[in-house]
Amino acid sequence: MSVNGSKPKFAMYWASSCGGCEIAVLNTGLKILDVDAAFDVVFWPVAMDAKYKDVEALPDGAITLTLFNGGIRNDENVAMAKLLRRKSQILVAFGSCATEGCIPGLANLSPAREVFDTAYGTVSTENPMGVRPQPEVKMPEGVLHIPVFASTVRTLEQVVDVDYFIPGCPPESHQIALVIDLVIQALNGKAQLPPKGATIGAGASTVCDECPRQRNVKKIRAFVRIQELETVDPDLCLLEQGIPCNGPAIRNGCGALCPRAGAQCIGCYGPAEGVVDNGARLIAAFASVVDSNDPVEIERILDGIPDPAGQFYRFSLAGSLLHASRAVR
Amino acid sequence: MTTQPQDPAQPKEKIGVYVCHCGSNIAGIVDVAEVREWAGQRLAGRGVTVARDYKFMCSSLGQELIEKDIKEQGLNRVVVAACSPHLHEGTFRTACGRAGLNPYLCELVSIREQVSWVHTDKHAATDKAKAVVSGGVERVRHHTPLEPLRVAIHPATLVVGGGIAGIQAALELADAGKKVYLVEREPSIGGHMAQFDKTFPTLDCAACILTPRMVSAGNHPNITLLTWSEVTEVHGYVGNFTVKIKQRARHVKTELCTGCGICQEKCPKKVIDDVYEAGLGYRKAVYTPFPQAVPKYPVIDVENCTYFRKGTCRACEKLCPTGAIDFAQKDEVLTVQVGNIILATGFDLFNPQKVTQYGYGRLANVFTSLEFERLTNAAGPTNGAIVLRDGKTVPKSVGIIHCVGSRDRNFNNYCSAICCMQSLKFAHLVKERTGATVYNFYIDIRTTAKAYDEFYQRVLEEGTLFVRGRVAEVTDAARLPGEEGKLILQVEDTLAGKQRRIPVDMVVLSAGLQPRADAKATAQVFGLSCSADGWFIEKHPKLDPVATMTEGVFIAGCISGPKDIPASVAQGSAAAARVLSTIDKGEITLEPVRASINATQCSGCRICNTLCPFGAISFLEADRVSEVNPALCQGCGTCVAACPAGAISGTGFSNDQILSQIEGLLMLNMEYA
Repeated sequence: MSVNGSKPKFAMYWASSCGGCEIAVLNTGLKILDVDAAFDVVFWPVAMDAKYKDVEALPDGAITLTLFNGGIRNDENVAMAKLLRRKSQILVAFGSCATEGCIPGLANLSPAREVFDTAYGTVSTENPMGVRPQPEVKMPEGVLHIPVFASTVRTLEQVVDVDYFIPGCPPESHQIALVIDLVIQALNGKAQLPPKGATIGAGASTVCDECPRQRNVKKIRAFVRIQELETVDPDLCLLEQGIPCNGPAIRNGCGALCPRAGAQCIGCYGPAEGVVDNGARLIAAFASVVDSNDPVEIERILDGIPDPAGQFYRFSLAGSLLHASRAVR
Repeated sequence: MTTQPQDPAQPKEKIGVYVCHCGSNIAGIVDVAEVREWAGQRLAGRGVTVARDYKFMCSSLGQELIEKDIKEQGLNRVVVAACSPHLHEGTFRTACGRAGLNPYLCELVSIREQVSWVHTDKHAATDKAKAVVSGGVERVRHHTPLEPLRVAIHPATLVVGGGIAGIQAALELADAGKKVYLVEREPSIGGHMAQFDKTFPTLDCAACILTPRMVSAGNHPNITLLTWSEVTEVHGYVGNFTVKIKQRARHVKTELCTGCGICQEKCPKKVIDDVYEAGLGYRKAVYTPFPQAVPKYPVIDVENCTYFRKGTCRACEKLCPTGAIDFAQKDEVLTVQVGNIILATGFDLFNPQKVTQYGYGRLANVFTSLEFERLTNAAGPTNGAIVLRDGKTVPKSVGIIHCVGSRDRNFNNYCSAICCMQSLKFAHLVKERTGATVYNFYIDIRTTAKAYDEFYQRVLEEGTLFVRGRVAEVTDAARLPGEEGKLILQVEDTLAGKQRRIPVDMVVLSAGLQPRADAKATAQVFGLSCSADGWFIEKHPKLDPVATMTEGVFIAGCISGPKDIPASVAQGSAAAARVLSTIDKGEITLEPVRASINATQCSGCRICNTLCPFGAISFLEADRVSEVNPALCQGCGTCVAACPAGAISGTGFSNDQILSQIEGLLMLNMEYA
């Protein structure tokens, strides 16, 4: 990769993440060469060797564009978020973890202690000494520090000021390519960047907008898990078949991949434009189309959703109004 | 993702905060002066430039205070911390309007219903009042000037229910020259009152005072009488309701029928009349419920008619002198346009069979109050003779039990209001017609209306015996001499302080009133709500007893709770007056609170489509988006809440307004010194 100092500088960082976002970027294929041609890549732990101190050594605002993926789970994540904010002109929360907490955010339903107990104390883990992570460990060679685990997962915006948001778990490669094109064109003065705070690399409507399935007036008498159905109508709206599809509340941009393939939208592109808490939106929407006035019957229909937190807040809990369960707070 | 906080350094709003004492209603619990001082100082950074407190903000002096500040200090937003917006939102908006400020830039926050009336801890209540004021201040900053909507009023009115309340309302309107559709489920109007012989306390004959009103309603050129009919659908909104009415087939051509009654006379099929005769008498399969029925045209009861059941008979058809019988008639659906609706659907009698210890249905000579009304009625099954179930024996002693199914935690907690007077009337009639000994078993005597207590005194003087106590049991199991063949009432006489067994020949159960069995379904058709008991809810129990929370839909008579005839009539007139005032204005102003759908954000998922209670949302198939018709939308917010995409917003209830109010309540925007 080029080390020509005259080009704008690019960084990509992973905080608490799975690495899927990086793969999605690499999945853009040849487009990655455009990045290399247009930018000087100064920091990208998954792709190149660089140390935190190299970033610290840069002047403030030296990095033109930083794609920050992963949620904020520990104090190392906080420190890197603050550092990259200081060093970057454009800081983008990239992917579901950075924008809304994503799957790791579901840990906000349990106190940190319970998270550790599950990770280090259940039958699948061999841990006879019952060891739990400690921020400081004294060793003969000296004191070891490992990052301090926070009580909740936070989104990037909950820690530092963010310029843009790219949703998705992970963001679709073609959307990433479009964003890369836009930024390069903007840098060349051929395009204008959207206003600060905008969500980019996605649509302004919801998944239903891109879903080809036939939709009718909705009346739901039972929610079912897709695997419990013998046949799924290939052309009819999944929600109308009782399959709890989150598509109506989830931002479009993915091309409705899951519903096209016959699986319900689980919500990885996050809330639609202007929606603060899409879990609450989904609950209100689903409740609205339950077709019964009998309290017992309604209860039975809603029992068809055995895991409401997972259904409605799978990706968005940390970024929602709820943020975390009471027990955690 | 969240709302952008505004720069607190330079708020462009100049907000006045007015904290009301409401006498001691608020000031007794909330430290009003402290709230005022706090708002003036701590919310100054949020745009508050004036903060005042006053004994009664709603008084003209209080309102003038606000108007003066708007004019002199150039306020562009007003927050009044007082009672519920239901009560005085209009008052303060109007005051702002007088001072030249758009009325919708005024926000009323409740520190009475939501603070002082529900708390006892003065310190905590004062803190909460501050939070509520802070929420109002944050919200009002996001208000925008709005103009009220004006809607033309269709001059016709729908009256549902042809009892005395509905008849009264219909006549008032029709006499004022307005068109009325009077819809009645039964074959005739008249309601329960048509079943009575005498009315308390004057003992004038029910038919004598009711039938002229029925005839007037039937003949009135401005009243379209639709009996044997039910309202099935209501769409639209105040001023412009579209109503679908199902007219059941009468199987009688009303244009040919002269009401001569030959069909009823000749019909060979006798049917027990459960409605009008309360099961005591018979009617035919082709019938009018009673001779004075309005309209005079009979109906054929298809379920019991031999022709409809077996395909033969046709006696009525053969013998009808005008050829008015038409077996082929079909149900019809009528669609009418009206501007207002008055519901007067009345009550059902409590079924005393539920009080098993009183033996109704098991012991022959236990009667319900409605059965007894029919016995006393000169046109009833016994021609007014008060006799036992055998149809001939005159009782020598009668026990009348008050409060059956009322004031009873097993059934209805409420007082049915009419049963005391009804029972006294029964006592008088028994005395007058049979000379029998009469016992009235009561808990309390409630004779509060005009000339009611005088009637009670009269009945006392006539020698009716009163036993204060709730009857434990009515039985035919004789234990003591003299009880054989009698009904024995076991009762604790709470005045004498002892248990008594009183043998009588006849027992009358003064059953309470209860909501119609289908009240909830009716409420749904008309977009109204019922209380837990099932009575329809008034807009305000004291100040607006005939209006409902749905604009343009009014209620009269027993639909909202037990009432006697004078009260029902008064309510019928009152509802008509309310309707007339809107018709005569020609238009009505509505809150400009409307939902709208952002077509770019709408994905056409159609979740909102069936939710709108006013049918204002339609789906545009071509564009695959949903759309709100602003003329039909009532701004209820159901779709706004349900839209999963957040594509629908409501004027006056935008995300910014609600979220900033929440932030204000939580005092997230406060800087603590």
